[in-house]
Amino acid sequence: MAEPASPAASSATSTGAGEARVAAAFAAAREQGRAALMPYMMGGFPDAEASRAIARAYADSGADLIELGIPFSDPLADGPVIHAAATTALEAGSGLEQALESCAEVSDRVPVVVMAYSNMILAVGGEAFASRLADAGACGVIVPDLPLGEGAEVREAIAGAGLALVPLVAQTTEPSRRLEIIRIAQGFIYAVAVIGTTGERSGDVGEALRDFVSDLRERAEVPVSVGFGISTPEQVAAFGEVADGVIVGSRLVREVQDASDTEAAVAAVSRFLSEAKEALDG
Amino acid sequence: MSQAVEERFGRYGGRFVPETLIAALDELTAAWARAREDETFQAELGRLLRDFVGRPTPLYRAERLSERVGRRVYLKREDLAHTGAHKINNAVGQALLAKRMGKTRIIAETGAGQHGVATATACALLGLECVVYMGAEDIRRQAPNVARMNLLGATVAPVEAGARTLKEAVSAAIRDWVATVEDTHYVIGSVVGPAPYPALVRDLQRVIGDEARSQALDAEGALPERVIACVGGGSNSIGTFYAFLDDPVELIGIEPGGEGIESGRHGASLSAGSTGVLHGALSAVLADEQGQILEAHSVSAGLDYPGVGPEHAHLRDTGRASYFPVNDAEALLAFRELARLEGIIPALEPSHAVAWLLAESGSESEDAAASASRPGAAGAGAQDGFDLLCLSGRGDKDLDEVIAKLAEIDG
Ligand SMILES: Cc1ncc(COP(=O)(O)O)c(C=O)c1O
Repeated sequence: MAEPASPAASSATSTGAGEARVAAAFAAAREQGRAALMPYMMGGFPDAEASRAIARAYADSGADLIELGIPFSDPLADGPVIHAAATTALEAGSGLEQALESCAEVSDRVPVVVMAYSNMILAVGGEAFASRLADAGACGVIVPDLPLGEGAEVREAIAGAGLALVPLVAQTTEPSRRLEIIRIAQGFIYAVAVIGTTGERSGDVGEALRDFVSDLRERAEVPVSVGFGISTPEQVAAFGEVADGVIVGSRLVREVQDASDTEAAVAAVSRFLSEAKEALDG
Repeated sequence: MSQAVEERFGRYGGRFVPETLIAALDELTAAWARAREDETFQAELGRLLRDFVGRPTPLYRAERLSERVGRRVYLKREDLAHTGAHKINNAVGQALLAKRMGKTRIIAETGAGQHGVATATACALLGLECVVYMGAEDIRRQAPNVARMNLLGATVAPVEAGARTLKEAVSAAIRDWVATVEDTHYVIGSVVGPAPYPALVRDLQRVIGDEARSQALDAEGALPERVIACVGGGSNSIGTFYAFLDDPVELIGIEPGGEGIESGRHGASLSAGSTGVLHGALSAVLADEQGQILEAHSVSAGLDYPGVGPEHAHLRDTGRASYFPVNDAEALLAFRELARLEGIIPALEPSHAVAWLLAESGSESEDAAASASRPGAAGAGAQDGFDLLCLSGRGDKDLDEVIAKLAEIDG
């Protein structure tokens, strides 16, 4: 069972409204004695309407937080499944606007953290981007290609809109840099479970990964969620033992890709999430 | 040179990459800062550049071309370097560095195949495993280079994403590297990508300009008035420009105009792009208003890229260098023109630079005049000045493509 991350993971350190909602979601899961279930979806995939239905299914099936990808042409941190989903979404005419419709669809029920790449933020402008997210009810942003040291203006704009900027920490991140990232983290820390891009992997929580995550949890005031490569309810349960939150991405996106229509996609993701939730509770 | 390895050029550059790569980029920066000051490393690199690559390459006074354009033109003969292009300067340097860093596996991307061949060659030389990512479309149009890479013992990994050209090949290589950073070095082929690559590749390509500058002084007792090079990612151009940055010399970069800037089908990120992030660096890119990266279009696979090195974006903004587009058709005609004028079959990439020179002096063939976009400042410069043009590679790889396309133009 997950230990409480730290008592300070509450509004005590939260300046933004988004951050407070994220903290509350983690706290609620913790109260039930389990890690938060954090499914990822590609906004606007396979098209805008189906994507809204999938967002609703996530909320209905027990997602504690939703991670919402904005389709981008060149997603460097993503493996083939999520890259292909982004390409399909773009071809279906989905962009920021359509992806944010999925955010607005559920953001009053479940906190939504948006995942977007730097170039999309720079193209729209940091402030405009952040305010569009805030308008859609998003709580935070993850920018997988904006590591510590880049994008001062983007950081300011995101903070200015009351959104949490969630940083990623990799197993390759040097100790001193880890501390610096932990120091400025908002909302939660995204611990990257694999050395690699997103995509389904088999395998257990190894010793090294366990140490990596527990070290982060000891030092951080915000919760630590783990993601990349987590693909089965069993893995969700195992990672839930060591982290405050578990993120499932490619597996769910693949369920949508493989489904014959929206109804089948909704059924498939709902089934997976129910099983994952059960595994976490168990 | 005891200055730090630059991370930024003005506002451009940086490291917009997944966190997993940061440690490897730090390691590479530190390794390069040490290696480039290290006499043993420099001696070994210098020996390979001389005995294996065939440096210095000649600076050749192109008599009949000079006559045609009405001013003296010197060609820096990178086409005579081993494997047929400047790409080998960088590949040998990085492979040597990788070996020094204890990496056992090399990955690279390639567009025209020149960088892939150069990297495969360097890996054969140094006994390193080599995987080259190449867009499926480029595999088709640069078939001879694919055969070469295979022969050299490299694995060519086809990339099927997007337009299946250089941009996707770079992305595929970066994704590989994110998963293999511990034992793998990514030999990027141009002055693009996250820091320290733009500085590292420039440092390895500056040999072109360093040689050319002293060769020009030997030949003419003076510096050239203009230095001209084609710009894909920007490595042969920055390598040529760098020695002249503090000189009163005009620096001119020629971008792929594709079917014309107005057509939207081109690769001229400096002339017609916007500021954005591609492959880890902030620079000039081709993107739509939402920030989605657009496909580039060029007859030349080596220029078919929707971004450019960050140092070029900075040189453009400061006005130190100027950049002009040249269309596919002009480049194709210049390819043939140089073959017939000088007995040199250039690669399609530097054919763009030759085309600009011909057009700018008003001396292109009639066909070319009809299809020319008339780029750049009109009229040649002072009478007794001379030009130096980087002939970055030879055209064997392009023959099939060019012959077919010229047949279309000739009707
Ligand atoms: C002969 C030649 N010239 C130029 C280029 C363009 O690259 P860069 O702008 O980095 O010199 C290439 C790329 O493949 C090439 O093969």
